Amino acid sequence: MTMLMPAEGVFSLIWVLIALPLAGAAILLFAGRRTNSWGPYLGVLTVLGSAVIGVLMLLEMMQQPADGRTYGQELFTWIQVGGFSADMAFQLDQLSIVFVLLITIVGSLIHVYSLGYMAHDKDRRKFFGYLNLFVAAMLLLVLANNYLLLYVGWEGVGLASYLLIGFWQHKPSAAAAAKKAFIINRVGDVGLSLAIMLMFVTFGSVSFQDVFGVADQASEGTLTAIGLLLLLAACGKSAQFPLQAWLLDAMEGPTPVSALIHAATMVTAGVYLIVRSNVIFTAAEWAAIAVIVVGLITMWMGAIIGSAKDDIKKSLAGSTMSQIGYMITAAGLGPIGYVFAIFHLLTHGVFKAGLFLGAGSVMHGMNDNVNMRRYGALRSAMVITAGTFIVCYLAIIGIPPFDGFFSKDDIIHASFERSPIIGVLAMLAAGLTGFYMTRMVAMTFFGKARWEDDVHPHESPKVMTIPLIILAIGAAFLGMALVYWGDIESWLEPVVGFEENPLPLASWVYEATTLALVLIGVAIGWIMYARREVPVEAPRGTVLTRAAREELYGNQVNDVLVVQPTHYASRSLVWFDNKAVDGFVNGSAAFVGGLSGRMRRYQTGFVRSYALSMVGGVLLVVLALVLVRMS
Amino acid sequence: MSALLTATTVLSETTEEFELPSINYSAIAPILIIFGAAIVSVLVEAFAPRRARRPLQLVIVLGSVIAALVVVVSLAGTFLITAEGAIAVDGPTLVMQGTLLVVSLLGALLMAERTIDPLGDAFAPRASALPGSEDERQFTERGYLQTEIWPFFLFALTGMLLFPAANDLLLMFVALEVMSLPLYLLAGMARRRRLLSQEASLKYFLLGAFSSAFFLYGAAMLYGYSGTVSLTGIAAALSAKPGEGALVTIGVALLLVGLLFKIAAVPFHQWTPDVYQGAPTPVTGFMAATVKIAAFGALFRLLYVGLGGMQWDWEPVLWIVSILTMVVGSIVAITQTDIKRMLAYSSIAQAGFILVGVVAVSREGLAGSMFYLIAYAFTTIGAFAVVAMVRDASGEATHLSKWAGLGKKSPLVAGVFAVFMLALAGIPLTSGFIGKFSVFTAAIASGATWLVIVAVGASLIAAFFYARVIVLMFFSEPTENTASVVVPSAFTTVALAAGATVTIVLGIVPQPVLELVSNADVFIR
Repeated sequence: MTMLMPAEGVFSLIWVLIALPLAGAAILLFAGRRTNSWGPYLGVLTVLGSAVIGVLMLLEMMQQPADGRTYGQELFTWIQVGGFSADMAFQLDQLSIVFVLLITIVGSLIHVYSLGYMAHDKDRRKFFGYLNLFVAAMLLLVLANNYLLLYVGWEGVGLASYLLIGFWQHKPSAAAAAKKAFIINRVGDVGLSLAIMLMFVTFGSVSFQDVFGVADQASEGTLTAIGLLLLLAACGKSAQFPLQAWLLDAMEGPTPVSALIHAATMVTAGVYLIVRSNVIFTAAEWAAIAVIVVGLITMWMGAIIGSAKDDIKKSLAGSTMSQIGYMITAAGLGPIGYVFAIFHLLTHGVFKAGLFLGAGSVMHGMNDNVNMRRYGALRSAMVITAGTFIVCYLAIIGIPPFDGFFSKDDIIHASFERSPIIGVLAMLAAGLTGFYMTRMVAMTFFGKARWEDDVHPHESPKVMTIPLIILAIGAAFLGMALVYWGDIESWLEPVVGFEENPLPLASWVYEATTLALVLIGVAIGWIMYARREVPVEAPRGTVLTRAAREELYGNQVNDVLVVQPTHYASRSLVWFDNKAVDGFVNGSAAFVGGLSGRMRRYQTGFVRSYALSMVGGVLLVVLALVLVRMS
Repeated sequence: MSALLTATTVLSETTEEFELPSINYSAIAPILIIFGAAIVSVLVEAFAPRRARRPLQLVIVLGSVIAALVVVVSLAGTFLITAEGAIAVDGPTLVMQGTLLVVSLLGALLMAERTIDPLGDAFAPRASALPGSEDERQFTERGYLQTEIWPFFLFALTGMLLFPAANDLLLMFVALEVMSLPLYLLAGMARRRRLLSQEASLKYFLLGAFSSAFFLYGAAMLYGYSGTVSLTGIAAALSAKPGEGALVTIGVALLLVGLLFKIAAVPFHQWTPDVYQGAPTPVTGFMAATVKIAAFGALFRLLYVGLGGMQWDWEPVLWIVSILTMVVGSIVAITQTDIKRMLAYSSIAQAGFILVGVVAVSREGLAGSMFYLIAYAFTTIGAFAVVAMVRDASGEATHLSKWAGLGKKSPLVAGVFAVFMLALAGIPLTSGFIGKFSVFTAAIASGATWLVIVAVGASLIAAFFYARVIVLMFFSEPTENTASVVVPSAFTTVALAAGATVTIVLGIVPQPVLELVSNADVFIR
């Protein structure tokens, strides 16, 4: 573990990164209606401020030697109970700073975009308050120097996510989706809290520094248990199998929320958790293998679901699951993959935010219709949206020189380094990505117009298109910049470690094969959805299509395995409660009440009877004393 | 009275020559200040013109109480016995006296209130006028106000301050009477429902006299046994010849009865609901809070200093009394329909909970009980302040049915009352919780686990009737019968705010007061 440098100069502002959006949230949410007019702008400014500080920190950090880039800032001792202590303390290193930049810069763009997107919502101020709350919690999550504080951020983003998914709570579907996300995330949170408790029992501390310093002294069984619990937590937050069911429903939230929370940042917290705990996963092999399995399953599930959904946001959500599956897989590969997990996370954060905001822009022009079967030929109606969307599309499917080409190829490489099976699966999924993304682009921007009668598509205002353009530029150049100029591998290496294994074939063979598979996917998608007529009513489809539309029966599985048994259990508990417990409680209440009524009668109101009972009392006291003295 | 005479003659025979007793006047200055103020107050009643009496009396009362309070604070840390062994000034004395003075200040504010009742204050304009008579009507019409309540108030307070400091059975008896007699009178002075008030006064007097007789008889028995009335002397006698004599047994039993009557322990409690209901509400609040403090102070000193040597004898008796008090108080409170009677039974149950701290027989038990008493006193006086404000055309609306939906009509006052109810029920974040917690932990530490289990059960039952008031106020719709809250003057407002503030602050940051009582948990012997 590298030495912690004291937080001086610009790094003494670590706490300000969090405090700014937190203050914004507090002002917007507590000061009430009087901030209605200027509140949203304040919300944008706080996040922008944090972004500026983040950039300054990055520039300063780059001046330092590679082993002097970890900064610690201790604010105060937060909890001190017996042997347990946790500090309100932050740690900023190469890993945290990339998250800080992703969160604040993409966050700023999405805040600006929301100014336009939410312009006519009467609860705009509250929306920005929640967004600020989210940014603060997410920054706390990635800046914490111990697991307990990380847990606070973890719960904070969960809360913000819940509030924002259910933002339009007048829609029952949004309220239900918020509840579902909250409950499924609880399962993951239990995993994290158990992992923290187990760490404290094993290592006597929950700070990163202490835990990673002595991790190799614990037994492999314990480490595997901690690793699996952390994986459970990651599955909940990052919508990985088997806790994936909430993410598609979460698209009920406003589109900027889907872009910021459910694509770019919060859902990648699971990847952060695993990469941050790399010491544990490197030491616990079976936990790492479980991570790979989960990643691969989700990578495929997401891609299959994304291929069948007609709702543009849900299709994108499937794609998000799939891409996070890539990251999780990479994180499970160990030191050969950690760097690429984070690399893909960064590029994905940019282009997926662009895609979601693009989808939002499309919906904005289409009276909030999300059904792609009602789109078509929109490329001329909204030129900027279409252009930026297509750039991001090229980035996600991995066409050189766009972002995804660099980051996804690295993951496929690393997978082959580990095992050909993982490699082939990851490579084929890239082909599937080409298919479903082409399907989306074709159905939306090409083919014939299938618009509903009263729809007049139009381009969105500048406040929305400018963030789109910036994100598209990022999608086009960020990957290249990070590889050739930023040297992401050696940047992250001091924190997460990095190794390369030799491959049996030259690396261009893998790149070419992947590209070929992607192009095949693109061709199939183009032929099926751009060249042929897209029916307005969804055809029945094959067994696989129907299963994919049903999200591969994830909800049904949950229903049978969890919901129904819980119903039966709670019903029988209610029955027991009604019959036995209430019977007892009501019975004793009736008994006490009856007793009270009876005893009340001794309060006759006559002094003579009061005096008599006093005399009785005297006799009682004397008798008791005599008895005690005699015994 | 004859018993008192015999006792004093016996005393004077033992001292051959008369010497001036040495008295540390500064240590007993708080008592003297209030006593002096009481005498001045009598003179004001006799000589000052009618118009000037009320302002003069208020200045005297508030001034003397505050002055005495300042002296008590400046005496902090005093640890001595003075007046020939009759008065002990130590930690518990000063804590009790300080609390008594603060609570009396609030009580005085409540009694001084004149805005709530359109006819004047809470007291009959002429207590001597027959209820319903022509005289009474005329006095009311002329707007006469009773100011004789103030000398009574000050004399009662003198007795209360002396009661926990008395280190001698005779002085304890004198203090008991000085405290009680003015209270009997005050209880009979209500402006409205005068017959009920006078009946309460008479009952209180008769039963109080009855119990005083027991106390005095017990003192005589113990004198017969040990040849002295001083608690220190009795303790010495008990250790010199332990386990002897029916005199001790009966004497201790009778002394206990006298004190248990004052704290309203079962089965000596039956006067409580009648008196609490009949007395003018400010007086009820005042005496419910203060008498309990003073009497518990005396009980502690008697048991810990005088009778510490026979702890194993009286402890089981107090076990029984404590359980009876908690259980009967809580259970009977459930079916009460009058808020003042309900609060009376509540105060009976609370006495039982404090007895749990007495039974612990430890410094923690003493400290916990003192904390409990402080918490209880402020909560109780606040609760009665609210009762005085909830009124309809005929005066105070004490029937519980008239409180239905009060939370919707007057959310602030109902909310404050709800806080008091929660505190009395012992819900966390209120002073009542800390009080119960510290008393119960002390009892468990000294092995009285079963008593605490019963106590927790009783507080569960008690929580029911406290919660019932809250439910009634907030979850029923107001009817046309629902009383309304009268906006009081600054007097009641200040008292109510102080009660509520202390109740909440002691629940959230109890540490300073907990430290205060645990620094003051040693009796001088």
